[in-house]
Amino acid sequence: MLKVENLTKNFGELCAVDRLSFEVTQGAIQGLIGPNGSGKTTVFNLITGFLQPTAGRTFFKDREITGLPSHAIAQAGIARTFQLVRVFRRVTVLENLLSAPKAQRGERILPGALQTPQVRREEREQLDRAWDLLSVVGLDGVANEYCGNLPYAEQKMVELTRALMTDPDLILLDEPTSGINPTLVNQILDYIRMLREARGKTFLVVEHDMRVIMNLCDRIVVLNYGEKIADGTPAEIARDRAVIDAYLGV
Amino acid sequence: MPDLGLLVHLAVVISIYGILAISLNLIIGTTGLFTIGHAAFFGIGAYTSAILAKLGVPWILAALAGIILAGLVAFLIGIPTLRLVGDYLAVVTLGLGEIMRAVFKNWIPVTRGPMGLPGIPHAAILGLRFDTAPKFLILSVICLAIVFFIAERIIRSPFGRVLKGVREDETAAQALGKNTYRFKMIIFVTGCGMAGLAGSLYAHYISYIDPGSFVMWLTFFIILIIMLGGLGNNVGALVATTVFVLLREGLRFVALPEGLNPAALQQLIFGLLLIVVTIFMPRGLIPERKITYDRERDHAQS
Amino acid sequence: MDLFAQLLVNGLIAGGTYALAAIGYSMVYGALKFINFAHGSVAMVGAYFVYGLAVSRLNIPLLPAMLLSMVLTALLGVLIERVAYRPLRQAPKLAPLTTAIAVSFVLDALVMIVAGADIKSFSLPAQRGYKIGPVYITPVQITIIVTSLVMMVAVYVLLNRTKLGKAIRAVADDRSLAEVSGMDADLVISAVFAIGSALAAVAGALIGLDTNLQPTMGFNITVKAFAAVVLGGMGSVPGAIVGGFLIGIAENLGVWFIPPVWKDSIAYGILIVMLFFRPSGIFGKKEDTQATVL
Repeated sequence: MLKVENLTKNFGELCAVDRLSFEVTQGAIQGLIGPNGSGKTTVFNLITGFLQPTAGRTFFKDREITGLPSHAIAQAGIARTFQLVRVFRRVTVLENLLSAPKAQRGERILPGALQTPQVRREEREQLDRAWDLLSVVGLDGVANEYCGNLPYAEQKMVELTRALMTDPDLILLDEPTSGINPTLVNQILDYIRMLREARGKTFLVVEHDMRVIMNLCDRIVVLNYGEKIADGTPAEIARDRAVIDAYLGV
Repeated sequence: MPDLGLLVHLAVVISIYGILAISLNLIIGTTGLFTIGHAAFFGIGAYTSAILAKLGVPWILAALAGIILAGLVAFLIGIPTLRLVGDYLAVVTLGLGEIMRAVFKNWIPVTRGPMGLPGIPHAAILGLRFDTAPKFLILSVICLAIVFFIAERIIRSPFGRVLKGVREDETAAQALGKNTYRFKMIIFVTGCGMAGLAGSLYAHYISYIDPGSFVMWLTFFIILIIMLGGLGNNVGALVATTVFVLLREGLRFVALPEGLNPAALQQLIFGLLLIVVTIFMPRGLIPERKITYDRERDHAQS
Repeated sequence: MDLFAQLLVNGLIAGGTYALAAIGYSMVYGALKFINFAHGSVAMVGAYFVYGLAVSRLNIPLLPAMLLSMVLTALLGVLIERVAYRPLRQAPKLAPLTTAIAVSFVLDALVMIVAGADIKSFSLPAQRGYKIGPVYITPVQITIIVTSLVMMVAVYVLLNRTKLGKAIRAVADDRSLAEVSGMDADLVISAVFAIGSALAAVAGALIGLDTNLQPTMGFNITVKAFAAVVLGGMGSVPGAIVGGFLIGIAENLGVWFIPPVWKDSIAYGILIVMLFFRPSGIFGKKEDTQATVL
């Protein structure tokens, strides 16, 4: 589904990502880990078009997406969350979700302001979807609250649910469990697994928490100083000498 | 017993300023684009409409030309600026305000420079001439109502939702697949076009315009109004417009010590007021209207 | 050809003043990622301080007047930052931009009330210029350019050879990192405002010497300083200097081709053109200018 080929990003003299290549197959939950500063979020930004690569190419569903602007990549079917949650704070939870779906007729100013029958029909459909998604994660009680007033963990769930409203094929999660109470972490992991089983979503997850990654992912790519040092199953990664060295760091 | 003529005049001024406030509110309050050149678009609308009307063009077309030209200028400066960090738009629009003032003052063959344009024909629609203040009030209130209606519709639409998203977190909006540049451009052009309408109304009401009517201070006054009315809240904006127009009028009658420049004093007071309000209530006094949904009834209410 | 050289020299002189104004702007932007709209008005106040000290009753000679003005204006800058910007560090970007505009109006109004709205000039006695090659240059102009250059050297030394300068550059580069390594970012920011405002005061006074003074000159200075900074690259002090000189030269050469009334608009035209083609300026970084910040 996603293929990254020799992806490289230089910031002046600093090489943040160095000839990175890996693949994510459809329906996988893949991890991207590495010590602090290894370039994980930079890779996400490169894939999703928020940064332009210095070299290398990215392919999504066999179509090249290198160099496309971020909104075009999102339109192609890749959704993402951010390390520091980015919800629309002074907007309600429902409005956050409703702003997500792609190709809404009402987002063109004329049909939108006129509230044409088609616009109203789409609104009702998306509203139903939004309520359903919120029920599944137990947030329907706060649907009409300003998102900025919610506790951090709930904001993260809103961000994830909002990303789902775009009906993506691939979802990039940037540290989905950071800042979350350990008891809630399992709920999130279950949710991710359910989305894969029931709705066929593919995930690429950046995480710091090793237990989460080992628990959750089918495959893991390990970065260190912008380079790939390992690529395999959790069992393989746990045994990999290079990975152990990188994390214990000499 | 206050003079009825004065009240009508103030009502007209309130409705024209109301259009400016609502249009700026769409740009700054709903979308979060900080522009400080609204007076320039007001002026473009006024001068375009006035010049064309003096050449014999019917008011409706002259006003339309004013709206379109204002929108066009907004489009042109938006092309490079809306892709950049928000501060750029602020300074570019500041400079635009200064440039337009220079144009109004120096393009003498067209604008007659500091001498201004007197004798602007009255507004007229299909033979109905708005040649008295009460008649004009009807026109200006209708225009205000239309602008208010359009603005509210925009805010409540899915389009308006994306605007708020752009305001809250443009990066996140892009990650959802929204071409934020396009949305910003559309609302910027729309808002500035509305300011052009206000300009045309102003020109055809006062019948005389000169470069001094379109100074930065006007923009600042409108910003003050929407900050106090509450960013994103158009009803609040209208209330604030009324309060401040009346306040400004009232200040004219306050006895001042000899030699004290009343305009400067007003500027000082309003400037300090804006600083205080912004520091303590950065989103303005009245919050934006919250749009809520009832699951059972399945449609929006607010 | 002679005319060209003369205009060039005039341009360099004006450019030096713009460069000084632009440096302060650039430093504040570098430290806070914030465009200080009040900067032009602060420069204007600084100019009026010098005028008030030198020309009216007190009759202090120019140099001490400038130094005194620098101190007063530096204090003003620090005060403004404390009162109008610091409380809004966490607020949406709109808020400090709004207060900056408001501060600008407040300053303009105060000067108008205290000093009057009329145009003032330093009314120096008409002087014979020195002829250097094909150009005439008056003592006042020499004063202006020398002062500008001295200030630029002083800033260079400050930023590159002192501990404070190092701290300023660290905070500009990465504030959270600087704070973590023990720097008092607030103090550094106050210093930046103090220095920038002092430079602005000199710039304003020199512009006043070169042309004249009025309370509304603030916005003009703001736009030109901003044009210089965009031209040179946001956050880059050498860029601000280069940009300032280029704007000054462009303005003065420009009046050869277009009617003089449009002189002030040249800077703005350059700004627009830069934004179309290279918003990051000559020395700036592209990533800093994009609308989406990661």
